[in-house]
Formats: sequence, C-alpha cells, structure tokens
Amino acid sequence: MRRFAPPSHDAPKNYTRRRVYDINVIRNYENFLNEGPDMKVSFFGVMPHRELPADFEQRYKSVWVDPPFTELADPVKVGQWYNWTLDEYVHAAKAGFDGVCVNEHHQNAYGFMPGPNLMASVLARETNHLNTAVVMLGSTLTTNYPLRIAEEYAMIDAISGGRLVAGMPPGSSMDSNQAYGVPPIETRDRSAEAHDLILRAWQAKKPFAFNGKYTKLPKVNIWPRPIQPKPPVWIPGAGSASTWEYVARNQHCYCFVSFFGRKMAQNVLDGYWAFNDKFGLDRNPYRAGFNQVCVVGETDAACERDNAKHIEYFYRRTLHVPEHYWALPGYQDYPSLEKSVRSGVVAKMTEKLAQFKTYKYKDFVNDEMIIAGGPETVRDRLIDLSKRLRVGNLMLEMQLGSMPPELTKQNIDIFTRKVLPHLRGVWGDEWENHWWPERCRAVPAAKSRERADA
Amino acid sequence: MSAVMHRERTVSLWGKQINPRVFVGGEGPPVVFLHGAGGLLWDDFLDALARRHTVYAPEFPGTSPGEYEAIKVLDDWHDLVVYYSELIDALGVEDVALVGHSFGGMIAAEIAAANPRSIAKLVLLAPLGLWRDDTPIPPWLSMNAAELSKLFFHDQTIAQRFMLSPDAAAAQPEVLIAATWALACAGKFTWPIPDRGLRDRMHRISAPTLLVWGDEDALVPPVYAQDFKAGLTDARLAMVENAGHALIHERPAETARAVVDFLNI
Repeated sequence: MRRFAPPSHDAPKNYTRRRVYDINVIRNYENFLNEGPDMKVSFFGVMPHRELPADFEQRYKSVWVDPPFTELADPVKVGQWYNWTLDEYVHAAKAGFDGVCVNEHHQNAYGFMPGPNLMASVLARETNHLNTAVVMLGSTLTTNYPLRIAEEYAMIDAISGGRLVAGMPPGSSMDSNQAYGVPPIETRDRSAEAHDLILRAWQAKKPFAFNGKYTKLPKVNIWPRPIQPKPPVWIPGAGSASTWEYVARNQHCYCFVSFFGRKMAQNVLDGYWAFNDKFGLDRNPYRAGFNQVCVVGETDAACERDNAKHIEYFYRRTLHVPEHYWALPGYQDYPSLEKSVRSGVVAKMTEKLAQFKTYKYKDFVNDEMIIAGGPETVRDRLIDLSKRLRVGNLMLEMQLGSMPPELTKQNIDIFTRKVLPHLRGVWGDEWENHWWPERCRAVPAAKSRERADA
Repeated sequence: MSAVMHRERTVSLWGKQINPRVFVGGEGPPVVFLHGAGGLLWDDFLDALARRHTVYAPEFPGTSPGEYEAIKVLDDWHDLVVYYSELIDALGVEDVALVGHSFGGMIAAEIAAANPRSIAKLVLLAPLGLWRDDTPIPPWLSMNAAELSKLFFHDQTIAQRFMLSPDAAAAQPEVLIAATWALACAGKFTWPIPDRGLRDRMHRISAPTLLVWGDEDALVPPVYAQDFKAGLTDARLAMVENAGHALIHERPAETARAVVDFLNI
C-alpha cells in the first residue's frame, strides 16, 4: 500500500532555499508517499483576550455576546495578540504538529477570530514549505454566505497546495443565534443546506441553479476550485443523533469539540460508534475527532508551576458564559432536547460549569477535564483517551487564556519532541485516514521511532 | 385551576402536515384565542371568556404533543399567516372575534390585516409586532427562567405559580421540554427582532379593535400601545393596573372583563 508523505514536518535545513509553492511536490505528491501510521494531531488556539481583569466574572454577565469591547480591550494590544496567535500556530507547524486548527467565534473575549479564513490564509502561506494540514473548524455555516465559504476554502486549498481540512460547524448558539440573529430552530436546516451547496459548488462541472430555502442562485460557478478533488469534511457535533446520521450519510468525520475532557465525551463517542455500527460503517478511528485541553512540562510539577494560573484563567474567565447561552430554545432539535433534559446531561453540564469557578489546576487534572503534566503523563493519558474514545484525529488546545507566547511555544516544543512521536502508532497501520488531505497523510514509522529515541 | 369544562379536538391542516390540538369550551358567540410564545394554558382568563363565548384555542404549530416536526413545514411569515386563515376556515366559525396575547396578538393582527373582512372583532392583549428603536423589546429567547419571570410578571408571587423553578423542572422534565420547545417554535418568527412588517400593513385592519395592556409591562412597554392605537383605524385601549406582560395570568378577571365588555357592546 502506497501511503504518504512528502517533506517531513521538521523544517528542512535548506527550506529557505525551496520555492514556497512547489508545483512539482504538489502535483507529484504520490512519489513521496510512504507507509506509516496515521494518527493526526493538530494545534488549536482560539485567540483569546489574554489580560481580562481579575474581577471579570463578578463585573460582567458573560464573556460572550455581552462584554463591551471598548471597556475591556485595547485595539493595539489586540493586534499584538493576533500576531502572537499566528506566531504560535506557525511555531506549532514547524515543530511538527500535523495540523493547525482555527475556528470562528464572534462577540467575545474567549477567542475572537470572527474571520478564521483570514487567519488560515496567512497560515497556508507561512506553512507552504511544510506538510501541515490547515484544519478549518471552521467557517460557521450559519454566519457566512455559503458560497463565500466555498470560495474562500477553495482559496485556502489553492494557496496551501491542497492542505485544507474543510470543517463545517453550524456555529455555537452564542455566535449563530445571538451574534448573527439566526432563529435557533433554523440553525441545523441552514447548516445542512449550506453544506450541500458548498460541496456541489466544488464538484459541479458546469454552472447550476440552486433553489434552496435560504439561498437561491441562478448560476453557481465558483472560481477557484479546491486542488483536492474532495477536501476532507469535518462536522463538529455535541451528541445529537441527527448529526451522527448526517455525518454517516455523507461519509464525513465527526468531531466532538469540548473543554470537559474524556469523561463527558465518552457517552457521545460511544453513541457515535454504536450509531455507525447500526448504519453499517466500519470502525475506522479516523472517522472521529476530539478536542482536548492539553499542556506539557518537563515534569508534572514543572507543568503545574508554569501552566496552573493560565488553566484557571481559561476556565474561570474565558468560559464565563451563562449556562442557558449554550443552547437557546431551538438550537437543539427536539429529540436532542428531550434526550438532554431526560438523561440529566443538562444538570451535569450545569454542575461542571459551576465547578469552573472553584476548581484548581489539580481538580481539572483529576477530573480528566485537562490532560497536563510531564511528557510521560501526557503521553499515557492521551493514548488512553484516544483508545477509549476511538479517535484518530486529535486537536489539542495548548494556548489557553492568559498564556504568553513563550510558554505556549514551550508547551509545543516539549509536546512535539517528547509526546507526539509516541502517539503515531496508536491505531497501527490498519486504517487509512481518509479525512486528512491526501498529500499530508501519515508519517514514516521509522522516523517516528527515531524522534522518540532522541 | 379551570372551572369551565373544555374539550380537546384535533384539526388536520396543511395537507395533513400540521395537526394541532384545539381546546374548545363554553357557549355563545365564537372567539378564537391565540396564545403567546410560552404555549397554551387554559386558566382563569379563558374560563372567564368561556362563560359568555365559545372559545376555540388552537395550539401553535409544533407545540401539540407528538407534533414537534410540524413547525418545520411553515417556512416563513407568509406561510404562517396563510396557515392561520386555513385554521380559522377549518374551525367552521362565522363572524369570529379574534383574541391574541403577545406573540398570538402579533399573529392575530396580521390575520386581520390580510383578511379584513373575515374578522368581526379584534382583541390584542399586549401584542408584539411593532418595533421602536428607543424602546427595544428585550430578547427573551436568550434569557433564563429568573430573568423571564421578571420580564413577564409584575408580581413575582403570582409568577411563581406559572414559572418553572429548577427543582420543578427536574421533577417534571416533560413540562420543561414542552415550554422550551414552545419558545423555540415561536422563536422561528420572532427571533431576533419580533417585527415582520406589521406597521406597513396594519392600516388594512378594519375590525373594531380593543388593545389591552398591563401598565407594568416590561417586555412590550405601554408606549407600544400608543403606536398600535395610532396605526389602527378603529381602536380603543384598556389599561390593566398592576399587571405585567402576562396580564391574562396576572390579572385574569380584569383582563377578561375588558375583553367581554368589548365583545358584547
């Protein structure tokens, strides 16, 4: 089996002499493909406000939707933060992360990349000498004109030479419903229609008319088209059966994006795999993605010393959201609403959110909400998590809240040197990761061992 | 809570895709009552109306048991207005008086503007439907139970009888699910701004109209009553003292008296 991988994740010493956009590599990537396991790990940062006041939660109702920018932020500093964020992403790519993952949120101090495609276009360009996927998790389908997503994702795939992962999230309730005014009960329908339009727009050989409920167009004929004949599509969800079905029907990758860690995710992923079994799909772990808060130090103690206050800032301040904001009435479809109320998930979520206020670093670790510690600890926990949830695509949230760039880069460096190589083989060579850009798939097993020994 | 017997009937509409329950009770000239965004509750107010009238109270599409998908087949405001014309036809009532509370009032006004000759009298109880930039209507769908209680009720001791406390919600999940879904369904036509252009169409309403407002309405403050009165050709206004937006629950006797007096002039 022919499997993968052109230039390695490590920036080659002579990379500055390489052409930034190398047509020969992009056209003939098959020649570089090697055998190897295909576990993929992406760096995820959200571009948070890094200096919220200590009494923020007391003074403001919510970090999302309501806090006034002019009271809380300085535009010049914000410009600095965007640049730091881009630096951190590029650093992660150069250090060896398989993907850089950006997302879209509005009107908040938690993470404000309202235009993830802007960030991604910078990253696509900056990583052209690497083999890093640009993971969009992504442009939210309800808050953008769908055709614009089709066009801009195609641009990102073009600029990056075919390294796009096309995430298609509906958008959080705060973003879609509150910031962008979408009636909650229409969130899913609008997303589904936008998804259909985008995929058709990428694949159609000739212009076509589109008569949707929310978008009507006489001649859809977008320029450019993605380099990848079929960019991988990831759909974030939170455990509703209708999303599982949608993902299964379309053969996409299902992602659970959460800050609550494995324990809260177990039911969701178990449900997903059980659904897929019934649907008649295989158990290829790359059908699933998971987002995990993760920090690493040289030792458990060093990790705590460096990261504790940023973890606490992240949960206490940047996730200071009134519980009912997470889903305005209608954001969940009726079966999901019924399931979440009757199963007590709502009560459990409420309890978890309340814990953020008093939890210390150690509590987050002990409750498995975060994975943190020395390289061995983090390695063991991530392998355990991946196996128990059966996920082949991990996103690690490694820049958290007030964390400065130096510490973020330290986390990245220790992780990529001492943890990442051990994750490669979690799923062996049994499965192929069809949900990753083809030219970026897999890592040579020999190289992985070499780095682990180093 | 209810003294007058009412019965349930189901009507099949919109090519059998929407099958709402209709609560029917009382005797006398017909009144169709359209409930607000929180769902239908037959309590003292409808009892009082039913002592003089035959009251037909249909549930909003999507809010009847087992009917949660029904909301999906009405795409937009035009669909909804046409749907209600079909519903009133299906009830088989002539010379009907249309009474609507809050979101139900917004729909009632729109039906009366679309079909002026089919509505004999119109009663709008703290209706939504207009918008003033100087008095924005709070976005109730983004509020929790405690906030809603203050927004809807002037008297919080009365509110406790109608609003679901967290403990009560845990004990009766079906009530919480139904209330949440009712808000979700109404939200399709009221979020983010409960204005679908009634101001441009209200001049068409020819039915004599009664406006009833709680003087402490925090959701649709009484300044809106003046806008309705100014825009309607034949309207009078009755204020209910010490009542908030949920005036039919908070002051059922006074509110019903104003309505019955108007309908029997």
